[in-house]
Amino acid sequence: MIDMQDVWKTYPNGTHALKGVSVQIDRSEFVYVVGPSGAGKSTFMKLMYREEVPTKGQISVNGFNLGKLKQRNIPLLRRNIGVIFQDYRLLPKLTAYENVAFAMEVIEAPRKIMKKRVMEVLDLVGLKNKANREPAHLSGGEQQRVAIARAIVNNPSVIVADEPTGNLDPETSWGIMQLLDEINFRGTTIVMATHNKEIVNTMRKRVLAIENGQVVRDQLRGDYGYEF
Amino acid sequence: MNFNTLLRHLREGTKDVFRNGWMSVASMLSIVVSLSLLGVALLLVLNLDRAADEVDKQVEISVYLNLDIEQGQREAVEQEIRNMPEVQELTFVSKQEGLEAMRETLGDAMVKGYEETGTNPLPDMFKVQVIEATTVPFVADKISALNDSNPNEPIYEVDYGKGTAERLFQWTQTIRVVGLLLVVGLGVMAMFLIANTIKVTIIARRREIAIMKLVGATNRFIRWPFFIEGVLVGMTGAALTLAIVLYGYFRVQLAAADWSSALFTLIPLQEIWLWFSILILGLGFLIGAWGSTISIRKFLKV
Repeated sequence: MIDMQDVWKTYPNGTHALKGVSVQIDRSEFVYVVGPSGAGKSTFMKLMYREEVPTKGQISVNGFNLGKLKQRNIPLLRRNIGVIFQDYRLLPKLTAYENVAFAMEVIEAPRKIMKKRVMEVLDLVGLKNKANREPAHLSGGEQQRVAIARAIVNNPSVIVADEPTGNLDPETSWGIMQLLDEINFRGTTIVMATHNKEIVNTMRKRVLAIENGQVVRDQLRGDYGYEF
Repeated sequence: MNFNTLLRHLREGTKDVFRNGWMSVASMLSIVVSLSLLGVALLLVLNLDRAADEVDKQVEISVYLNLDIEQGQREAVEQEIRNMPEVQELTFVSKQEGLEAMRETLGDAMVKGYEETGTNPLPDMFKVQVIEATTVPFVADKISALNDSNPNEPIYEVDYGKGTAERLFQWTQTIRVVGLLLVVGLGVMAMFLIANTIKVTIIARRREIAIMKLVGATNRFIRWPFFIEGVLVGMTGAALTLAIVLYGYFRVQLAAADWSSALFTLIPLQEIWLWFSILILGLGFLIGAWGSTISIRKFLKV
């Protein structure tokens, strides 16, 4: 599903964010990416949805060879990846429904199918009755649920989540994690960067630890491994 | 792009105008202000130009013929002047008609003496009007030169207010140049004003565009609603401008009907409203389309 071979990333200012990372992630896996701030986690995540290009090395995601991917084909890759962020990144002037529907409009889905499917995923994330609210009128947890609904509405094969619980209180975070676990259970690969020790240690999954631009630990059913 | 998507873009573009509330109002107002300034300047210049034309047209050439000229000779000269391509109109004023005109300006007593003694001192003359007022001195010279080709020199004098006419032309020419500079200057100012508004909207939009790209929207998909929104704002601004400027012109024309003379009349509204509307709406369209295009181009490269 995701295959990185000796990936290096050096930013124009000379920072070496990644130094020879090789990782394989299979279909339906759930992987935590942990590590100190500035270790290269974010770069690792951004490479997967082609927000960054590797300086050296090979990356393939869901059959797309990212090294050879043309600019105009990037949207096609991103339609196969659901992306979730710490700050939700919803379109502020659209309602919850419209935000989710936007991802389907992009793939030119017929309106009838769209209506049904959007309500279906809003129901799944528990926001069916708040479909007409704008992000400003939703709590942080609810906004993240909308973002998740948007990420899964087109049935992507991979979800890339960059600290999805970073802004949420513990209780809300657990709700989000249960949702992600369920999505993973239905067959979607999930790669999630996190600083949440409790979540990693309780919901045991594969753990990739990145430090100083390198993968220092790759452990099935691993633990968080840091004291903060 | 399928039909549904096109409808979607139209719908979203229209909704965006309202979603962006005050930003749309600000853009619209900046377009109204710019186009109004431009429109008013344009109307002013057109009217000044027309007034200058009217003034120019009143410059005519008087060709006085010799007293002893025969009718055949006179007709030959008349034909030669009429044949000049610069000449628009020629009126013959006989010595009797000249005397009548004199009666009107100087009074009956003065003229009566001449009539009684049968000695009319006035020569026959032609009044010549040219097509392009600035050619007056040139045509006058050409008419004088007719004496060279005719052995008995039929023309006594050619007069067009030498000096005065040249100064007048210079003055009207200055008005035209100043008017043109005014329009160009305001045009540039309008562009800066609008570019500035666009710059503000860009900053507000950059995050939105980045999100759309993350969800997998193509550049074209993102561009369309922006384009439609821009055109709607531009055209609405243009329509408001037209309403304001044309109504203002209408009122000015009503007021001017009282004091305008034959020398200076405003161009009638019905003569200009159509092309003026097309011009302003066209500019509104271009500004909206151009503004929305450049405002997002930068952020599509994510």
